[in-house]
Formats: sequence, C-alpha cells, structure tokens
Amino acid sequence: MIVMDQETEIQILTASDRDRGLQLLYQMKLIRRFEEKSAELYSKEKIRGFLHLYVGEEAVAVGVIQNLTADDNLLSTYREHGHALARGINPGSIMAEMYGKVQGCSRGRGGSMHLFDAATKFYGGNAIVAGHLAMAVGMALASKKQKKNNITCCFFGEGAAAEGEFHEAMNLAALWSVPVLFVCENNLYAMGTAIRYSHSVVEIEKKGPAYGIETEAVDGMNVLSVQKAAKLAIEKVRTAGKPFLLVCNTYRFRAHSMFDAELYRDKSEVEEWKKKDPISQLQNLMSNQDIISLKDIDEINEKIESEVLKAVEFAEKGTWEPVEDLKKFVYSEARI
Amino acid sequence: MNTGNFIKITYREAIKQGIREALQKDENIFLMGEDVGHYGGAFAVSKGLLQEFGSERIMDVPLSESGFVGAGIGAALSGMRPIVEIMTVNFSLLAMDQIANNAATLLHMSGGQFNVPLVIRMGCGIGRQLAAQHSHSWEPLFAHIAGLKVLAAGTHEDARGMLLTALDDPDPVIIFEYTFLLNKEAEIPTTAGAVDITKAKVLRQGTDISIISYGACIHKALDAAKELATAGINAEVIDLRILRPIDDSTILTSVKKTNKVLLVEDAWASLNVSSEISARIMENAFYELDLPVQRLSGVEVPIPYPKHLEDAALPQTSDIINQVKKMLQYG
Repeated sequence: MIVMDQETEIQILTASDRDRGLQLLYQMKLIRRFEEKSAELYSKEKIRGFLHLYVGEEAVAVGVIQNLTADDNLLSTYREHGHALARGINPGSIMAEMYGKVQGCSRGRGGSMHLFDAATKFYGGNAIVAGHLAMAVGMALASKKQKKNNITCCFFGEGAAAEGEFHEAMNLAALWSVPVLFVCENNLYAMGTAIRYSHSVVEIEKKGPAYGIETEAVDGMNVLSVQKAAKLAIEKVRTAGKPFLLVCNTYRFRAHSMFDAELYRDKSEVEEWKKKDPISQLQNLMSNQDIISLKDIDEINEKIESEVLKAVEFAEKGTWEPVEDLKKFVYSEARI
Repeated sequence: MNTGNFIKITYREAIKQGIREALQKDENIFLMGEDVGHYGGAFAVSKGLLQEFGSERIMDVPLSESGFVGAGIGAALSGMRPIVEIMTVNFSLLAMDQIANNAATLLHMSGGQFNVPLVIRMGCGIGRQLAAQHSHSWEPLFAHIAGLKVLAAGTHEDARGMLLTALDDPDPVIIFEYTFLLNKEAEIPTTAGAVDITKAKVLRQGTDISIISYGACIHKALDAAKELATAGINAEVIDLRILRPIDDSTILTSVKKTNKVLLVEDAWASLNVSSEISARIMENAFYELDLPVQRLSGVEVPIPYPKHLEDAALPQTSDIINQVKKMLQYG
C-alpha cells in the first residue's frame, strides 16, 4: 500500500478567510459534482470516447489556478476537466464539448481530452503524455522574448516525468531561463502502473534540482497547502523569470478511465486515501473553526447542483456541427 | 557574379539569403536549431548570422529535437514566428510526435482557435555516402499528415523564396532542403524573393511525356530530358514543389498534353509521393493516358554506404532515359 507520508501544516483560518475558503470549497465541489454527473452521462452514452476523471485531485487544480492572472497561459493533460473549470471556462461549454456539440469549447471536436479555450488562454487538453511540456517552454520563451510579464503554467502527471520529453523540457526551460511553472500531479499511477514500477527515483521532487530548477513538494490533498505553495512558486516564476517545479502528491479516487477495472490497486488503499479527501478536509476545517455553517454548505451544494444541471441542459440543447464543416480548420481560412 | 538581371549563387547561399531577409523584415522571426549559431550551421548555411543578429535571434539548441520543435510550436502559439531547423530529416523522427500530434492537429482540434504559424526547415537527400541512418527520404511521411503544408525546394529560387512565403502562412509548414545541392550554382533573378507555395511548376515544356519529380531528383529529370531531346524526344519536366496539399491542376494539364507519365523520386516505392500522384492521375485522367503511369523510385533497402550500391539504390539519369525510351517504344 502506498500512502504518502507527509506532514500537513494545520492552517488557521480567520473570519476574513471565509470568502477565500468558500470560493475554494465551491470550486472543488463544482469539479466533483460536474465529474460525477459526467460519469453518469457516460453510462447513458451521452458522453463517449475516453473519460478520465479527476475525483480526489481537485485541490491541485483549484489551489494552483487561483493564483494565475488572466494573462497567464495554461496547459493541461487529458484529465483536465478540473483545470478547465478552475480556470473559469463555462461549465456548459465544457459539457457541450464532452457531448461533441458545436457549442463546446472546442466546437465538439476534441471531447473530454481536448478542451481548448482562447478566451482563458487554456491550451488543452493534451493527450500525448508529456507532449505539451515542450510547448509550455516555448510559450514561456515567447513571453520572455516579447518582454511580457505573463507566465505559463503546465500540469502533468508523474507518468509524464518518465518520458524523454520531460527531460528535454526541463533542460530547455532551465537553460533558457523562461517563466514556466511545471505542476506535477503525482497520483501514484500512470494508468495502472504504480510509480514504483515506472520510476527509479519515486520522489519526483528530486528530479527538478538535477536541471537547476527550484522544486517543492506539497500535500496535494490539502487545497490550502497547494494554494500557499503555488502562490510562492508563481511569484518566483514571475519575478525571476525562471522555471519552477511544484510536485503535488495526490490520489485519484476513481478508475483511470471508464474502461478501467482497477485490478492494480487494493480497495483498502483507495479507502485510506479517501480519508484525505480534499473537499471534506477543507469543509471540516472550516466547520471546526466555525467559519462555515451547515446552511452555507447547503447553499453551495444547491448552487452547484443547479450549475451542473444548467450545463447538462446547455449540452442537451446543443447542436451537431454540420458535416459540411468537417474539413474546416484543417488549415486557417484567412492568411494572417 | 551579377549578369544583368540574374545573379549566380550556390543553393547554400540562396537559403541563407532567404533566412537573412526574413530576419531583417520581422523582429518576431528567429532561427533555432542545432549548431545554427556558433558553429555556423552544420552545412554552413547560417554562417555569420549569429554575429549579425545576436543570440536572441539565432538560437543554438541542445540535441533535443522533440523539445525544441515543441518549443517552436509553443512560441508560434504565443505570437512569435520561429524558424526551426532540424539539422537533417533523419533526426526529425525524434520530433514526429510534436509535428504530427501537436503542430498538425491544434487548429482543427481546438475548433479553429489556435493556429500554429511554425516553419520547420530540414536538410535531406541521398547521394553523399552517409549510409542507412543519414540517407532517408522521409518526404512521404510528412506529406501524409493532414494539417501540414509540405514543400520541397528543388531549385535555387525555391530555396531562397519558399521560406519567406512560409513565414507568412498561418499554419505549420515543413520545408525540405537538399544537401546534395548545397554547392551547386545557378542563376536566379536579382529580384528573387517570396515564391508561390501552392502550385507545381513546369520546369521544361514538352509534348511527348511528362516526367514528374521533386527535390534534388528534378535535376536528374532535367538532365535526362536534355539527353532525350538529342534523340528527338521532347519531355516535359514538372517539379511538384508542394507535396501537401498537392496541386492537381498542373499535373492533369500536363497529362492531357503528353498522355504519358513517368514519376521519379528517391523515396521507397511503396506508399511514396509518386503512389499518390499516380492514383490521382488514374482517378482524374485515366482516359487521357496512352499507357500506364510508370514509376522510378528508390530500391526498398536501407541505403548502403559504398557508392556503387548507393547509386544502384536510387533512380539515376540513365534509368530515366531508358525508362522513357521504353515507354515510347523508341529505337
């Protein structure tokens, strides 16, 4: 059994933290509920293809993305619903994308694995593991060349850290000294292969310093810890214009995808990790410190329920892209 | 040497002039690749450019083909206009994921939101005794990929001008440059600049047969046509230039004129560019043909080192002449 042995700092919240806490709770719960609904819709064959759920890992996306500005670039993996929601992409357009409707954020062409949104500078939804790391370096290089103050934030799993692309991207980012925040979501499994079977050194945080990249590991099940660490990391990336590797140790509560029978891990391991559920952790912390009431929680839950239903309704009402448009955007329509 | 309206330059110099002109006209354009800076380019194409434009514009990169092609895609997505040089096509397979899965897909997959204005140049070609890992003709692999534009610079004018047009294109463009031609001299107009990148080009007008080729191979086709002319055979030579998307009209116009087609290329015969051209001719001009379309392609072996075997593995000028005579039942 693998359980991350990490000391989590006890966070003291004050009444003034109430709004921040409520916001974090809302975002994590929205992601959770949105994905539970997605799984349900997958069973009903409304959503097809691959569907990779983020349940259990919500604290990472929410904790990190909170600290980005609207001008920062964001790249994610094929398990990116959480990042997309945390980035503020409309839940309706995400759901419509999963339905394959033209109202989806990628016109329905990408589905669950390929959410894109120019308005929020959300560059996917990238489904070749580690393939987007080098792109993130290039985007950060462009910011440096253009003397812009924005940074590029790139999420990936620990599985990606076994790819050669990880090595190339880390080396280039440090060599060129570009403002990119690498966020490794270490959920301990690359699909069904446990980290001990895929990495000779399982502490991902030991890999960053080999490239001269400042690195920190954080309890990815605690949104406040993630937020605090990400805030500092992002400040450093922005002011120093250098890369930073933030390793968030986390766990996926559900299967890799809807096709996964989960034969590679014990149920008891999953149950053990569920005790660290990032949503319960924050909710309990806030309740214990009396800055959130049952009424608040009910209100949040109701609001989310209606938001998710609204998203589903939007997707249901969506239309299919006309077949005549199949070849549209293989190449740009107008020269720039 | 300036002879009136023409200037005689090497193919190497033509490429360099194109890069220089591009760097001069737009500050967002930069060149990155292995050994492009301090070394001066593996083939001395970018010699002196580092001193002229500085290290921000002429970037040496580590041996990380996938990494720096991916970085080029990212930079292109963020408003820059990178020229990424992959030293030779042989190393490009290390970057194939970036090219095929990212550069070629992003625009369509994002529903038209993110175009990738990236230009990738790579040296290629056979005929320098470099053996099996440095002699690949991978043009067909790239020409297969929807979302890319794939150009083959067989002439000096194209070596100079394709880059300039490609840099104005909103989508990823691959330019193949032929190392075999680097020292070859030719005259180009002193006014040479950006060239069209949508059409094939008739390099030599003829009426008896259409010889269709691309890249360095067109010079063998031209030599063959010259030789055939002495035998009274008037061959038309077409340089495909654009391997994706293929310009059907120039090809079909020629087929209608000559009614006979010989396709020539260095790449292995199975599923090469000629296979595609042949299929298009069958589909669109079958009844114009006097006899079946014929192909001369690379022999399907890993290219060996010794010169006699390397020569035997590729279509040669004499093969083209013999094949044309056979097709025309000459003599």
